[in-house]
Amino acid sequence: MSALVKSSLARKWVMALSGLFLVVFLTQHFTINITSVIAPDTFNEWSHFMGYNPLVQFILQPILIAGVIVHFIMGIVLEIRNNKARPIKYKRFDGNSNSTWVSRNMIYTGAVVLAFLGLHFYDFWIHEIDYKYITVGVEDPTRYIEELREKFVDPVRTWIYVGSFVLLALHLWHGFNSSFQSMGVKSVKQGDGFRKFTYAWAILIPAGFVFIALYHHFNHIAA
Amino acid sequence: MKLNLKIWRQEGPKVKGKLVDYPLDGVDGDMSFLEMMDILNEKLINEGDIPVEFDHDCREGICGSCNMMINGEPHGPQKLTTTCQLHMRKFSDGDTITIEPWRAKAFPVIKDLIVDRSAFDRIQQAGGYISVNTSGNTQDANSIPIEKSKADEAFWSATCIGCGACVAACKNASAMLFTSAKISQFALLPQGELEATERVEAMVRQMDEEGFGNCSNTGACMVECPKGIKLENIARMNREYLKAEVVG
Repeated sequence: MSALVKSSLARKWVMALSGLFLVVFLTQHFTINITSVIAPDTFNEWSHFMGYNPLVQFILQPILIAGVIVHFIMGIVLEIRNNKARPIKYKRFDGNSNSTWVSRNMIYTGAVVLAFLGLHFYDFWIHEIDYKYITVGVEDPTRYIEELREKFVDPVRTWIYVGSFVLLALHLWHGFNSSFQSMGVKSVKQGDGFRKFTYAWAILIPAGFVFIALYHHFNHIAA
Repeated sequence: MKLNLKIWRQEGPKVKGKLVDYPLDGVDGDMSFLEMMDILNEKLINEGDIPVEFDHDCREGICGSCNMMINGEPHGPQKLTTTCQLHMRKFSDGDTITIEPWRAKAFPVIKDLIVDRSAFDRIQQAGGYISVNTSGNTQDANSIPIEKSKADEAFWSATCIGCGACVAACKNASAMLFTSAKISQFALLPQGELEATERVEAMVRQMDEEGFGNCSNTGACMVECPKGIKLENIARMNREYLKAEVVG
């Protein structure tokens, strides 16, 4: 078992499992956020539940943050180790002839997503912590939709969100499908259906987030 | 055809190398890439220069010796072939062709285009075998019925010639396609079951000790493999390893 922990394959599993966990979280996050467009009252209700439920706040939220940190740290560890495995680079290397740009540059798309997470945490999570525990605002189950709309008034912030979601889609395009390969789930007998599902998910969920951001931004302009 | 060759020259493992330009005239499209290299070397010898060192043996795509990074691709632009099977008709008059050795910490350059691939031998030696009594009473392999699809998959995996193109193509210099093919060719067959646990543990351990990088599933190894070894071998190795470590 100790060999397992030290092996290169274990690092792949950690990367894959933490990535899949974040995929599940993204699905849940999108499900709640889309209600801000189709049913604002439901958005308020669900957001209030997520913000004040002790299980979510003190168990699931720390697990989520741990998942992000593990995925990020392991990504950097793997990048450093992989660079060491080829200390002298090729003078000419035609990566496009055998692999996609996205698959070769996960560290860069991941870095952008991480930087975006910093902004996103500042916008919503820090605000929540301040509201609940520092300035101690009144518990108001109807405040969330307005707070969300307010964030997308600023066109710069809105387009930063949109750009980040595009890079998130690129990251997921390779990462989601790749995680099953890392975990050994794939086989020769497996058809193309599952791969197509992961690609569709990688496009649709970030596209959904883009839609939500733009919907609130342009709704504000129209108003 | 007239070519401008840019070839990596390096006198020894500890010496710094560099790309050197060699204009070469009179190259015929029907020559193999190695024949073109032979002509260059004859020219260099006649001019009193030191010929370019490169590995080759069978010249029919079996031995896996002729390892060259040609214009940024292992074994050149033609898929499913080794360098010796590549013909000069794939290039055009006036082309510049850059030729470099495989680049990986685990494949140190010996001289010019020759690298030390003994890391692959050590991975094989760690567990790439089955225990069979060969004293004269060897059981005929065909006496054990094997599902056709599994026999085919094992055969495909066994066609790996260990050339190292997978490592050369991978942006991380990972050897997982090679190692997984050598594990798969036994893991799929009943003859390989006896040492399955020890095999995958030992070969993965050796692969890690050699300093190869981690697989990030770009798939470049499979695309550049002259034998078309499939990426599913890596998934199988991951399964076999997890089974070996968790179940035992």
